[in-house]
Amino acid sequence: MGTRKGIFLLHGDAERRQWSLDGPHFLGHIAYHVVLDPRDDRTLLAATKTGHLGPTLFRSSDLAKSWSEATRPPAFPKAAGEEAGRVVDHVFWLEPASADEADVWYAGTSPPALFRSEDAGDTWEPVSGWNEHPMWGRWTQDGDDGAPGGSLLHSINVDPRDPRHLYIGLSGGGVFESTDGGADWRPLNRGCEANFQPEPDPEYGHDPHCVRLHPLAPDVLWQQNHCGIYRLERPGEVWERVGNAMPREVGDIGFPVGLHPRDPDTVWVFPMDGTDVWPRTSPDGRPAVYVTRDAGHSWQRRDAGLPRENAWLTVLRQAMAVDAHDPVGVYFGTTSGELWASVDEGEAWSCVASHLPHVFSVEAVELEG
Amino acid sequence: MRVAIPSPLRSYTRASEVEADGATVGELLADLDRRFPGIRFRMIDEQDGIRPHVRIFVNRQRAAGLDETLAPGDEVQILQALSGG
Repeated sequence: MGTRKGIFLLHGDAERRQWSLDGPHFLGHIAYHVVLDPRDDRTLLAATKTGHLGPTLFRSSDLAKSWSEATRPPAFPKAAGEEAGRVVDHVFWLEPASADEADVWYAGTSPPALFRSEDAGDTWEPVSGWNEHPMWGRWTQDGDDGAPGGSLLHSINVDPRDPRHLYIGLSGGGVFESTDGGADWRPLNRGCEANFQPEPDPEYGHDPHCVRLHPLAPDVLWQQNHCGIYRLERPGEVWERVGNAMPREVGDIGFPVGLHPRDPDTVWVFPMDGTDVWPRTSPDGRPAVYVTRDAGHSWQRRDAGLPRENAWLTVLRQAMAVDAHDPVGVYFGTTSGELWASVDEGEAWSCVASHLPHVFSVEAVELEG
Repeated sequence: MRVAIPSPLRSYTRASEVEADGATVGELLADLDRRFPGIRFRMIDEQDGIRPHVRIFVNRQRAAGLDETLAPGDEVQILQALSGG
């Protein structure tokens, strides 16, 4: 878990019933994302900063027993002459590339830029095809669309069939696609609502909160957007608002999307209140996860074990994770410092950690031994 | 010359005061980074700007930038302007 005050690891037993907390690591550091490389189950990267120091990355190869700092963290090139250059405020998203590209990682930052490492996160280079794209300023509103915490590049998705085929999400800006390893990009937002824009159907300027590509069905993209839940089947170009099938009184506003590792039609979301001034807490103070098992045609409420009332939970876009066990475990962390777990695909929930700092991100991995 | 290090940066130096050399603040920070790899980027961004909450004082006067010259025996203090919760 990455939290506003450091990194925590929760180790579960084989049944995922008993959990032990390990941490905090880097107490007081803002840890946006902590990701274990699924290609080696060994390399752990953590995107951190403090409130007062510049951003950096830490790496561990022994499951957080020891850490070393990246030799060259993501940074923009030095601007020429008197030109004002861009500065990375923080690294927000970490993504291992495909299995064919061992040690290659991508990082998304605020302002919304893309970086690539070819040495397991030790040194990073800008992906200039994105960062210097002639449309970058328009697509990103010059890197600052006024989002709280800064405009973000997140949801880096690498097509497992083709490492040169990439999708990214921008808050705000929209979803963008590259088919040439990041050399060029184009918007991919048709069908998505952007009711905060003056145009009814803009080409870009949307606000995807979380976009996920299913590794077993890489032509299927899921998106939890500022305005709803969407699904896209490529080569189609128009997103379908599958969140329309959510109960009207709950709505389809939220941040994370969790994918079932073996069933591309099964997805979990955590709806939040998007009415009036957008509290973005559990509707009516009654938290629930919703699951679809038919590609978004219908959604079922899953709240057994969750508080029945007066629970105003917020779950951020990186704070829901799914493991690969059978049955699948689903996990979410709250900004109020709780980690909730279900070991039966969301049917029943229990709180396995509380009194933690504000949770930014949760990742679930199953390790040998 | 002696350089005072604030607590958020002591994970690099393991000391509240260290030795570093340079004819300017920029050179001094480069020397610090050679001795304590990674420390400079936490204080100075990629455009050579001093990060917003970092303050560098030379003989108790706030340094205007990295070009400020230093003389042997100058007292350099790096401080953090902490805020937030």
